[in-house]
Amino acid sequence: MKRVWAFLPLVVVAILGGFLFWGLNPDRDPNAIPSALVGKPPPTASLGPIPSIGGDGLNGDVVAEMDGVVLVNVFASWCLPCRAEHGTITSLSKMAGVTVVGLNYRDTDSAAAAFLEELGNPYAAIGFDPAGMSGIDWGISGVPETFIIKDGTVRFRFAGPIVGDGAKKIFFSELGEVQVQ
Amino acid sequence: MFSEVGHFALILGLMVAVVQSVIPMWGAACKDGLLMRSADVTASVQAVLVTVAFAALMTGFVLSDFSLLNVVENSHSAKPMIYKIAATWGSHEGSLLLWVLILALFGGAVAWFGNNLPAGLKARTLAVQAWITVGFLSFMLFTSNPFERVDVLPANGQDLNPLLQDIGLALHPPLLYVGYVGFSIVFSFAVAALIEGCVDPAWARWVRPWTLAAWVSLTGGIALGSWWAYYELGWGGWWFWDPVENVSFMPWLLGTALLHSAIVTEKRDTFKSWTILLAILTFSLSLFGTFIVRSGLLTSVHAFAVDPERGVYILILLGISIGGALTLFALRAPDMEPGGIFAPISREAGLMVNNLLLATGTATVLLGTIYPLILEAVTGDKISVGPPYYALTFTPLMIPLILAMGFGPHLSWKRADAKGVMQRLGWIMALSVLVVVTILWIDFGGPVMAAVGIGLGVWLGLSTLAEFSHRVRVKDGLAQAWARAGRLPRSAQGMTLAHFGLAVAIFGFTGSSLWKTEDVRFVSPGDVVSIAGYDVTFEGVRDIRGPNYVSRQGDLTVMYDGMVLEVLQPERRYYPVADMSTTESAIRQTLAGDLYASIVEPTGDADAGAWTLRILYEPLINCIWIGSVLMVLGGLLSLSDRRLRVGAPVRSALRSPVPAE
Repeated sequence: MKRVWAFLPLVVVAILGGFLFWGLNPDRDPNAIPSALVGKPPPTASLGPIPSIGGDGLNGDVVAEMDGVVLVNVFASWCLPCRAEHGTITSLSKMAGVTVVGLNYRDTDSAAAAFLEELGNPYAAIGFDPAGMSGIDWGISGVPETFIIKDGTVRFRFAGPIVGDGAKKIFFSELGEVQVQ
Repeated sequence: MFSEVGHFALILGLMVAVVQSVIPMWGAACKDGLLMRSADVTASVQAVLVTVAFAALMTGFVLSDFSLLNVVENSHSAKPMIYKIAATWGSHEGSLLLWVLILALFGGAVAWFGNNLPAGLKARTLAVQAWITVGFLSFMLFTSNPFERVDVLPANGQDLNPLLQDIGLALHPPLLYVGYVGFSIVFSFAVAALIEGCVDPAWARWVRPWTLAAWVSLTGGIALGSWWAYYELGWGGWWFWDPVENVSFMPWLLGTALLHSAIVTEKRDTFKSWTILLAILTFSLSLFGTFIVRSGLLTSVHAFAVDPERGVYILILLGISIGGALTLFALRAPDMEPGGIFAPISREAGLMVNNLLLATGTATVLLGTIYPLILEAVTGDKISVGPPYYALTFTPLMIPLILAMGFGPHLSWKRADAKGVMQRLGWIMALSVLVVVTILWIDFGGPVMAAVGIGLGVWLGLSTLAEFSHRVRVKDGLAQAWARAGRLPRSAQGMTLAHFGLAVAIFGFTGSSLWKTEDVRFVSPGDVVSIAGYDVTFEGVRDIRGPNYVSRQGDLTVMYDGMVLEVLQPERRYYPVADMSTTESAIRQTLAGDLYASIVEPTGDADAGAWTLRILYEPLINCIWIGSVLMVLGGLLSLSDRRLRVGAPVRSALRSPVPAE
């Protein structure tokens, strides 16, 4: 029995080695986080507005029919990177041919209102999702996230804040491509 | 010219290593003294040759020789000299050369300082070390030649990644590598012992100083890397559970276990196959780390340029070395006779608990590191494993470990006096619980783990001191105790210092992660941010110019109770050649905690003049660095113990070698 057990480390290491070998497949990009939504219409489930802000909520059908490029920005008042990203979102909302729609994720009415009061409200409409129900529909992996939508199709999903040269370069080049199409 | 000499030295080194992998092993098999002693010569020659190659590459960087591809890609003539030198190991090829250099130097060190080793063990150890050298030298020469020339000479270089142009990170790789690669010699000792079929207290005594030396460097290297991440990345965190951090932490955890289990093998002639297994696995994890960092298998902030071709080569190397060693282990280990028996409460038992928890902790970290890969392979889902996983799995394992660590040194070998130990430690235990309760009461509603962490730190610190004062018999008067403390073996003093260092570090881990306060906001000149009692005024931003960068420096006036304490000057640097920006945080360091500030340029055109200010207060964080220094000093003190070098035991004549199967 002892002789059999002595092979255990070897067996474990061999199994691990198998996975490592699989991982070396050159077509694999460990950095890519795919979005199942890209190339498909945005989810149709509709969300009501933030009660104390009012205005329109978020409705997939409406988003799909909007003219030009629509950006759906997932944000929350508790999320520090969202705070950092807010300036970028604000300047995006001022671009011609771009509409920014917000998805307020797992937040409270008062905290979200205070956040927008402090930093300004760049959103044409905001869907309020205190329970995080839309997380599954949209396939949200974290906050913030920004979807680029045109002609009723999700074109690109950017996970994380659009802050810093690298992130901006990626996002704006994708946005530029979508706009030109 | 230099680089051709360097390249040639590497090729010669490979040939010498091939000779060294065969001749001494053969000599040991047929007991030929001359053949065995040849390893001393070849190991020395190898060390010299690789040193020459390394010096040649460094010369290329110092002289900014832009005919070398590696220099073009990683250096720039305007860079400060220290970073030109550090750029030698800033790239994949250069750091690999550093890797092999340390490997060869450790081999040389065994040849030079291992005079008390039996000829057979020494010859076999050096032969095994040479197998590893052959693997890595051939990898370097065939896939990653650091001396590659360019056809068309550029006027200047492309600069080293600016994040790496920092004193912390200039020194971090050499220290880390001495740790990583230092375990290679322990691995070689283990494989040599398996080939000989003999593991005894003498073997453990020989292995311990090498393990300790590697452990000390690894501790220093990890701490330095963590310190760098803290002040350079601008996030105020010092540990991210990033794969590349994990792969340096795993050999440390297992190396710590090895350090302790080797003591049991030395003193009590038991835990033999376990110690051997740890020796093999610790270096295997070092190799695994090298593989992860260089293959681009997992995503990480600090990986080298990705190249699957190289990955396959290293994986084959890994397969041969680890697979071979473990096969040998599987065949030989069951024949190792267990040594002395011990009671459930004894130092052996304490060290066994230590080993089990450290090994489980290592497995937890390993699982967290490669789980995303396994899941992707099996289901295709992509996930990332972050701090919450480790908080749930790793931290709970460390709590009993720290508790056991308080008891361990008080226990005697074979059978401990449980009642006596409880008498000594009872009041410390009560005091620690009191500390936990008090913190929970003061910081009501705060994180419970914070109170537990501080309580554990108090427990470990005091019980370590209690053990020391018991040993030097403080009761007999301080003067006598002081004299006795000086006469204690250095390894005992070192143990106390290192254990105490961990206790200090625990305060830092706890305070800085659980009591941290953080604020991120837009600021315009004149804005005031209040945090942890400080009022920080953002005065504005100025442009300044460095040797190979331009920088925008913010001025933050720090006030406490209306008194101006300091002006913090965080910077945002831009390196035009590399087209990259870095964050230079500004920190007001006090023992109670750090006030940490970093700035990032305006995010949108709309808010010109406004900056994103990240400001944190991290209580007790400096305890981490102080504790790490104490651990390193403790290790060094222990390493200087005379018993590890002179008067090493003679192998008992009674041993009966295991017959070959």
